[in-house]
Amino acid sequence: MTTSRTIPGRRRTLAQRFLRSPVAMAGAAIVAAYLVAAVTAPVIWPSDPLRMAPNALLAPPGGGHPFGTDQFGRDLLSRLLYGSRVSLVVSFASVALALANGGAVGIAGGYYGGSVDGLLMRMMDVIFAFPAVLLAIAIMAVAGTATWTVIAAIGIVYTPQFARVTRASVLATRGLEYVEAAGAIGARPGRILARHILPNISAAVIVQTSLSLSLAILTESALSFLGLGTQPPTPSWGNMLAESRRFMTIAPWTAVFPGVAIAAIVLGFNLLGDGLRDLLDPRLRE
Amino acid sequence: MTAFLTARLLTLFPVLFGVSVVVFLLIHLIPGNALQMFLGTQVDMTPAQMEELRRLFGVNKPLTLQYLDWITRVLHGDLGVSLRTSRAVLPDILARLPVSAELALLALLIALAIALPVGIASALGRGTAADAAIRIAGLVGLSIPNFWLATMLLLFFGNVLPIASVGIYIGFFRNPLGNLAVMALPAFSLGVVLAAVIMRFVRSSLLEVLGREYVRTARAKGLGERVVIGRHALRNALIPVITVVGFQAGYLLGGTVVIEEVFALPGMGRLALNAISQRDYPVVQGVVLIIACLFVLTNICVDLLYAYVDPRVRYG
Repeated sequence: MTTSRTIPGRRRTLAQRFLRSPVAMAGAAIVAAYLVAAVTAPVIWPSDPLRMAPNALLAPPGGGHPFGTDQFGRDLLSRLLYGSRVSLVVSFASVALALANGGAVGIAGGYYGGSVDGLLMRMMDVIFAFPAVLLAIAIMAVAGTATWTVIAAIGIVYTPQFARVTRASVLATRGLEYVEAAGAIGARPGRILARHILPNISAAVIVQTSLSLSLAILTESALSFLGLGTQPPTPSWGNMLAESRRFMTIAPWTAVFPGVAIAAIVLGFNLLGDGLRDLLDPRLRE
Repeated sequence: MTAFLTARLLTLFPVLFGVSVVVFLLIHLIPGNALQMFLGTQVDMTPAQMEELRRLFGVNKPLTLQYLDWITRVLHGDLGVSLRTSRAVLPDILARLPVSAELALLALLIALAIALPVGIASALGRGTAADAAIRIAGLVGLSIPNFWLATMLLLFFGNVLPIASVGIYIGFFRNPLGNLAVMALPAFSLGVVLAAVIMRFVRSSLLEVLGREYVRTARAKGLGERVVIGRHALRNALIPVITVVGFQAGYLLGGTVVIEEVFALPGMGRLALNAISQRDYPVVQGVVLIIACLFVLTNICVDLLYAYVDPRVRYG
């Protein structure tokens, strides 16, 4: 079933198929829009997210404030844009951490097997034995709220997923005849890993990365919502939502927009993940 | 079945041991240690007094001995004492456990009530406009943060429904209907994401089964579509759903913490969050340990249920 993946010219057709997949393209477009907005925030909307305007407290959307203002008169659009920087940096960094650690654990376990594999997988089972959000909350509670602790907490929590996905792919690939043949003609483990195993596990890992990014965004915003993530006055979608709760009946926009911002980027990563899975895993294509 | 049961239960020990080590270290790796936390910043003691306190709390011993002391007490049902209220931690947690458990169970029921019919309809009407709409709705449902959905429900129903308010809790045994009314919005907020996950899974699982040969055989021998779907396809398609529910038990248990905070429900999660803000670490430790154990036990139950429903698992 998996041998059909190695047909020649696959790369070109994959790019073409990606461009023709409405699901993957919609996801990519959303993610790209967020990245552009986060990077160019000071250019597209030159407004200070921290500047208070006592004469424009809880101003409704319109005029100089397209998304309205919060209880300190701070411009909501500006805060959302700067909040996207925090959320995106934290989620990309934490997923990179989870990918590096989980990938290393999965490759080591899958390739060497035996007691190394057993020990590593038991360690992953232990992390998996905690509900993700709860473990992240617990880590934040004792490690203190700094950006790097948020990254570390989320990175640790999502490491086992990558370890399992990588390990399963390595196991599936290791037994293939051409990989055994490479070993038989004397290729070193490092070369076998780099030349034969890594290219074959990348599909599963790419899909997992996209789906984990959506979970990382949700976890970061949940932590900030609970006051355990990004700390005010630095804006993040989660802490904006938390602050809005006292005022939302008179200023609903303060609660609506941050949530929409979170849901849309999470949807983007989910669409991208779904689309990529359909493209990369022929077994799941309908 | 006995062999399967024994094998599965044996895997429990390393995981529970690991969980206990993590929970133990959680407190002992705090920068400046738990004793300092307890004393606060205005410590005005001689080194000798400090040493005396360390001896009293047992934190002068090697870490492994401290762990053994701690785990021995935990196994005897002693999770320590709250630093703020001086009350035993375990009874306080157990008093709040039913609220969290009810929230998680109701969310699961709501998720299943939405996901099963919608997922089945989506698979049977594959390729239609309704199917496309359901798939999009599923992806959107997956992407909405539960705490934001909860906030929006409070915002929109706040003026309409008297139950859409924060800080009211009615015990189930005091007033079952009142309790369900209060729990409806929290459980719905928590259940929607799960509904989307299960729905997507039901759809793909049923589609896969419908392509199988035994379904073709059932159709070929002239069975009615109702029988083919109901007796042959659905039964097999729904078995793996049990596994998904098991995986998602972690989402439910973790989600209760956040949802309890939004609706100010007196559950375990809110107890832990309050304890975090008061630096009451024994309580935090206790809740994390209890929830992790619940999660592990839930997964064991799911595996056993799966083995019971699908004989291939226990004989395979």
